[in-house]
Amino acid sequence: MSWLTKIGTIDRRIIYGLVLLAVAIPLLFKMILPIRVSEPVMMCFNAIDRLPQNSVVMISIDYDAASEPELQPMLVAVLRHCFAKDLKVILLGHWALGLPLGEIALNQVAREYKKVYGEDYVNLGYRPGYVAQMVGLGREIRDFFAVDYKGIPIDSFPFMRSVHNYNDIDILFGLEAGATGDAWVQYAGARFNQKMFFGATGVVAPDYFPYLQAKQIEGIIAGLQGAAEYETLVKQAGSAILGMPAQSVVHGLILLFIIIGNIGYLLTRKKK
Amino acid sequence: MIGNIIGTWIAATLTIAILSFLYRDNPLYKLAEHLYVGVSAGFWVIYTWSFDVKPMLIDRFIQATGVEKWVLVIPAILGIIMLSRWIPKYGWISRIPISFTVGIGAGLGITASIQGFILPQIQATLLPLTTINNIIIVIGFITTIFYFYFSREHKGFLKVGSRVGIIFIMVAFGASFGYTVMARISLLIGRVYFLLHDWLHILR
Repeated sequence: MSWLTKIGTIDRRIIYGLVLLAVAIPLLFKMILPIRVSEPVMMCFNAIDRLPQNSVVMISIDYDAASEPELQPMLVAVLRHCFAKDLKVILLGHWALGLPLGEIALNQVAREYKKVYGEDYVNLGYRPGYVAQMVGLGREIRDFFAVDYKGIPIDSFPFMRSVHNYNDIDILFGLEAGATGDAWVQYAGARFNQKMFFGATGVVAPDYFPYLQAKQIEGIIAGLQGAAEYETLVKQAGSAILGMPAQSVVHGLILLFIIIGNIGYLLTRKKK
Repeated sequence: MIGNIIGTWIAATLTIAILSFLYRDNPLYKLAEHLYVGVSAGFWVIYTWSFDVKPMLIDRFIQATGVEKWVLVIPAILGIIMLSRWIPKYGWISRIPISFTVGIGAGLGITASIQGFILPQIQATLLPLTTINNIIIVIGFITTIFYFYFSREHKGFLKVGSRVGIIFIMVAFGASFGYTVMARISLLIGRVYFLLHDWLHILR
């Protein structure tokens, strides 16, 4: 059996092992690669950066633990940007399992910036029926979120008293792992002209780029690379910047496998 | 604190159990898989009760007065009728609430799609052919439509157009697949990071 034939029959567990090593080694050695900020991420950064103090940012947690590695670093980076700019943050979510992740990030970053719950940020939690909610938020937020996630009336929070509908929300940031972002664009964006930008997993990001091209969203942070770019912009390295070298090494490895596999396939086919 | 440690150990054990399937199917993987299915089912039962049935039906029925109170009987009946699917003889009754749901979904979806997707996307495609990007977008748009035009046989001009269209479609699939690969590797990075950072404390 020639080495070319052997390549074609290589045990896939060896490939899994190599991929695991390609991920673990760059993490262990804390490799850092330069991050070039792309235009869609820069547009998101600028959308937040040009907001005046005390503007209201609504963050929608539309993901769960399965997308945490990609979307959680984005959430943390955007929250850092918001709190550094003294913006007010309203967190809510349409994926019930993702809300605890939102709460973890919100509390962590709020502590870093010494922000006070109810004065600088609130967590409205989860309510079912996202389409009805998105349409209803155009009228009155209290129809769906009269109380926060702990059951405290939102009118007891000073900055929430002046928030009633999309007119009072300066920008919406949706963290998307599915199709909830489509609904944000089609209901909040198209009907109420709500400005928004998305952080999306790599799987769904290609579905959201047409919205960016059509100027229906302000920007898009796509995948772990996008998260690393935003971390670069807020000048605080997190798990995305640390993860990107591993990502690059694995991509190189996959390309190598594809090339070797194809050479092996072409040569063995020639022999036949 | 002790809760965090126990949680981390459980999460790490389950991560390793699930990843062990990559070597071969084994009892540890099966245990984690069944645990996941059981916990998910339990969660959704609690979720449906806590977020839907109790606050939106029972609590509101208790608090509301007059017509508002009795209007809630309609969705309650529709919900109960939905369960008739379990009894084959009366399963057809469930079509009533299903048609109600489909009707609302279609009504909301059609207007939203036209207003929020189709029109803005077509508008964004009507571009002046002054830049390379615009030319690519317009050609890609037209030729992709050619590819999906099945009312006439793809011959002559239509054949050329659809062939060009399929190139654009393949490029889109490739970009989408590339992003998917990146996303899946990101998940592996996330798990390895968790094991090294949160569980083993090797990464600081």
